[in-house]
Amino acid sequence: MKKLGMLSVMAAVLRREVSVALRQKGEVLTPLVFFVVVASLFPLGVGPESALLLRMAPGVLWVSALLAAMLSLQRLFATDYTDGSLEQMALSSTPLGLLVVGKALSHFLLSGLPLVLMAPVLGLQFGLEGRSLGILMLTLLLGTPTLSLIGSIGAALTLGVRGAGVLLSLLILPLYIPVLIFGAGAVEADAAGLGFGGHLSLLAALLVLSAFFAPLATKTALRISLE
Amino acid sequence: MAGANGVGKTSLLRMVCGLAPIESGQILWNGKSIHAQPDAYREDLCYLGHLNALQESLTVNQNLAFTTALAGNAPDPVQIREVLAHFGVRGRGEQLVRHLSQGQKRRVALSRLALSQARLWVLDEPFVAMDEAGVRMLANLIASHLGQGGLAVLTSHQQVDIGTMPPQMLELRA
Repeated sequence: MKKLGMLSVMAAVLRREVSVALRQKGEVLTPLVFFVVVASLFPLGVGPESALLLRMAPGVLWVSALLAAMLSLQRLFATDYTDGSLEQMALSSTPLGLLVVGKALSHFLLSGLPLVLMAPVLGLQFGLEGRSLGILMLTLLLGTPTLSLIGSIGAALTLGVRGAGVLLSLLILPLYIPVLIFGAGAVEADAAGLGFGGHLSLLAALLVLSAFFAPLATKTALRISLE
Repeated sequence: MAGANGVGKTSLLRMVCGLAPIESGQILWNGKSIHAQPDAYREDLCYLGHLNALQESLTVNQNLAFTTALAGNAPDPVQIREVLAHFGVRGRGEQLVRHLSQGQKRRVALSRLALSQARLWVLDEPFVAMDEAGVRMLANLIASHLGQGGLAVLTSHQQVDIGTMPPQMLELRA
């Protein structure tokens, strides 16, 4: 039998997650629908004052995206944990950390990326213009993978715990705050003429940092959950 | 490995796999502690626990292709089809796992053994939920694995004749 490289095994994890998602379309759509509903409710709630909406837009869209991405986190490892697949992953000769990267990547592709693509449509509701929409998408594109990576730590730590949902949000929301601040701040900084390069660099730095540390932490947490 | 319920058979097997921590003593593989060489050890190991490790929303083929990939081998559809036929679940490859019966799921899970290249099989109650023909087939499979120089550690409540060589019995007592 032909041997597979480590990256091919990681790709196999990714492919599997996508196949599962295609069979359970409802679960993939939930975060997206949540994002659309929450972001659309805000203009109805605060009134049609366009200056106010414009000022709020980046923050509201970022908070909604962040909560939407968190919605599907709990399931990241849950079914694999109950059906025993996670044990098999832990016993794979491919390092568990790499498989975790595949998992986080699949979470980004299935939960994060749809939000990035939907954001400009919602941004229009708030009166954001072309340039701001572009910056918003760029920050989400850099930020949502970080959310998935950090989220995977929380998902691993709360495996098999009752009331995992609440605990999960309590654990990871503090870690999400920097992403939120720099993500939402970029559009405003640009509108104020300050330039958004710094914000993007910081978001990218957060992504690099979490891409390195989050899989290690998740791997350790998963091994503890499996004991 | 035999012993009453709750005496710790599964725990011991999980320690052998390196899933559960060891309080004292050590487990050696090729003369070295398994914790000192986890990746090399896992390459030689195939573990089948109580859980079938099958994702219910995927087809049998997708599941087996994934577990083969996890073991670091490129899945071969022809071989998977042959193994499924051998295990009495012929033609179920494209069916979703959730549409199979308990016994069929167990057979699919066990077919992982035939696809695995591992030298050490760790099996937790492999004969449970199998009919007579299934038990015989599995016993033959284990016998041929042993015949090729493989090792198998398994728990069972029933005496099953594995043939070839006399197995070593370990009886756990509380």
